[in-house]
Amino acid sequence: MRYAETGYNLEIDLTRGNIERVETDPRLTELHLGGQGTAAKILWDRVPPETDPFSPDNLLIFSTGLLLSTPVPGANRTAVNTISPQTGLYSHSLFGGFFGPELKHAGYDKIIIRGKSPSLVYLYINNDKVELRDASHLQGKGALETGALIKKELKDQEVQVVAIGLAGENRVYSATIEHHNSSASRGVGVIMGDKKLKAIAVRGTKDINIARPAELFELCNNMYQYIHDNPHYTGDIMAHEDDEEFHVDNFAWGNARTRVKGFWNKEREEKWKAISDKVRVRWTGCYNCPKDCHQAIKYPGRHTYFTKCYSKLTYAMAAFKELDFDYDILGVTQEYGLDGFSTPQILAFAVELYEAGILTDQDLPGFPTDTGERFFYLVEKLVRREGVGDALANGVYWAARQIGKGAEEYDHNSIKKFEQVPLKLGMINYPYFLMYATGEKMNITQIEGSYPQIPIADLEERKKFVDNWEAAPERFKKWFMEWEPRQHPTIEASVNICDWNETMHYVDDAIGTCAWLSSFRGQFGGRPAYHIYNLPKFISLATGMELDTDELWKIAARNRNLIRAFNIRRGLRRVDEAPPANHWKIRDPEKEQQTLDAYYEFKGWNKEGIPTKETLDKLGLDYVSEDFVQRGILTGNEGAPSKETSAETEKN
Amino acid sequence: MKDQLEKKKVKRIKINLDKCVGCRACEIACSAFHATPKYSSINPARSRIRMVIDELNDEYVPIRARDYTKAECDGRHVYTINEKEYSECSFCGAVCPARNLFKEPDSGLPLKCDMCVDDPPLKEPLCVQVCKVEALTYEEYEEEVKEEVKLGEMEIGLQSLVDKHGLQKLVDTVARMSQKG
Ligand code: SF4
Ligand code: SF4
Repeated sequence: MRYAETGYNLEIDLTRGNIERVETDPRLTELHLGGQGTAAKILWDRVPPETDPFSPDNLLIFSTGLLLSTPVPGANRTAVNTISPQTGLYSHSLFGGFFGPELKHAGYDKIIIRGKSPSLVYLYINNDKVELRDASHLQGKGALETGALIKKELKDQEVQVVAIGLAGENRVYSATIEHHNSSASRGVGVIMGDKKLKAIAVRGTKDINIARPAELFELCNNMYQYIHDNPHYTGDIMAHEDDEEFHVDNFAWGNARTRVKGFWNKEREEKWKAISDKVRVRWTGCYNCPKDCHQAIKYPGRHTYFTKCYSKLTYAMAAFKELDFDYDILGVTQEYGLDGFSTPQILAFAVELYEAGILTDQDLPGFPTDTGERFFYLVEKLVRREGVGDALANGVYWAARQIGKGAEEYDHNSIKKFEQVPLKLGMINYPYFLMYATGEKMNITQIEGSYPQIPIADLEERKKFVDNWEAAPERFKKWFMEWEPRQHPTIEASVNICDWNETMHYVDDAIGTCAWLSSFRGQFGGRPAYHIYNLPKFISLATGMELDTDELWKIAARNRNLIRAFNIRRGLRRVDEAPPANHWKIRDPEKEQQTLDAYYEFKGWNKEGIPTKETLDKLGLDYVSEDFVQRGILTGNEGAPSKETSAETEKN
Repeated sequence: MKDQLEKKKVKRIKINLDKCVGCRACEIACSAFHATPKYSSINPARSRIRMVIDELNDEYVPIRARDYTKAECDGRHVYTINEKEYSECSFCGAVCPARNLFKEPDSGLPLKCDMCVDDPPLKEPLCVQVCKVEALTYEEYEEEVKEEVKLGEMEIGLQSLVDKHGLQKLVDTVARMSQKG
């Protein structure tokens, strides 16, 4: 019997309209758990490196986390994975809400989509009944509106829907997939649009087997209480805060260039709070979670949509506007299905190009003078790929190169061709340097989160913090005690911090627990609901697998290395692992490279950032090392990672 | 029927629609409690409390499974509360052919809320216990009610037919049906 998982994937071939229910190999669950982990394995096996993102052979995979539909609170994340046309690399996104649990109850762990439909369709899954249905009447419809229309048409309010808006349909690179109060960003909506799949609607009523249900239920009940009782350690604090000082004073405005000091004051806080209170209709949560991190927003003249975390500021700050502007434009961009992190940067970039005379009135006929109005203008161009919008729709990196005339200079905030959160800071921060440089998931929020961002100045307080720090492996307690304000952690500590932070995300991304209860949350307050020490028990009770902390860490490392290998095979190398030159004002290139060397070595990678044969084999990824040797990515005679002379290897 | 006053314990779940965050923990807990063996599985489709959610209309209504009804109503009210429209169905706990709610997914048999009867009794029904935001709260109080002879399910059904068509017509119909086999 399969526990926690259904043991079946749904394979959809859109080209042929073929639908298959395929039993999965339980061994893969032991090796990768589920979610992104098992998705990476499928991508490795089935999508060779020469595959173009827009080829019908590219896969779009929706993976439920392993613990979805078990009683584990806050386990509701679905991972979406594919190859991104923007980066040419692995693309990873997660969304919460209600879709994943419903899919599992329908009897599937994953939906694997290949091919391209000749015309716009949507997929309807109702337990064993699965069909592709015409979606021509939904063309151009808003992403959330599509969900509502499909429910009406199916006469079933209980189906859960994911859908793309106009942006996805027009293959805009920053297109999202929207679902209820959540969205999947970072370049997955574009592939759904390319495959002409407007939406997926799912309804499921089957049971999921749990290995030791009564024990798990009790453990989860206690956890539910803990999550509810500890608002300072769980959930999205920023969602509820009206004090935005942290974001508006520390993050860069406009095209990630300008810091607006002293913007924040009591008066503005009151003004902004009043705006939020007026447009917010409700706080909502995700499936089986006692938190309420999402605001339902009804802005006059716009459809209802949801915000979480910092997206309520990204457009305002990019356009140098006030909060009401953000709520207003989100009403448009959420329906179009646009990433709230990348899109504002693309728009601000275009505004800067216009002001620099690189884009002219010829490119932007009738371009308004007010930045806010300019943003609305540009959004329309972007989602329709009209005029210069066609270049902008490919993201800042590619747009800069398509537009030319020096526009490349204005692309100063992307890593691996992907727009980053606009954080331009003073002093180099080595753990962050590593996370930015080596992350496969393109956004710092998908990597950071376990180790606190700043030390606690008061020693006694710090001691107290460390004594209660159940989530942390011992070595971090020592480093945290030694950490003085404004002092750099040692190289060894930096490497370990990056490793721990990312490991927790690789765990969450496989089992589906929300990062706000786990991997992203420990950095604020140090007591996340889930951590590397208590998760093995949840997983064991749910799945029946024998699992301890070391084994869980190893699985996370296996997934991390497999995804890295997938990217390496697609050409990723050390030279790509570089935060923008102006990311910090004060930098130390030599020490940065030393730190990167140390990280690679710690990870068991060679100087190019390629996992060595030894590392791969130890993780049971022999098939990867064999492939690397065959392709000449590794020679097969490597010794210890530090002795690598990869530069030569590469040239061959 | 002799009317006699007697004290009866009334169990009441109070619902505050404004507080609901739509987490569906109530459904999850209910389905676990009623699984056999207890807590062996969670499956909202088997829950006896269901959330009617229309997030774009900001509609979040928990409803509790009540009696089975063979036919859907012939007309429905639409209520406007605080500028939001609600169909009467959003408040109705009937197990009705017009919708999927409250039907055992395998057998299609109707589900009904039993206020989590247990031995020893729970302090509160489980859905209330897990609703941390207190959209669901529980109270018990005593009420003096007239003692009535309770009718069984079939009697209720027959009585309603008698009311509608008269006893003689009903008897004739039953006789005719039984002849047809
Ligand atoms: S913590 Fe917040 S974002 Fe995470 S599952 Fe709960 S409600 Fe959703
Ligand atoms: S548990 Fe409470 S808040 Fe959650 S859906 Fe049910 S009634 Fe709403």
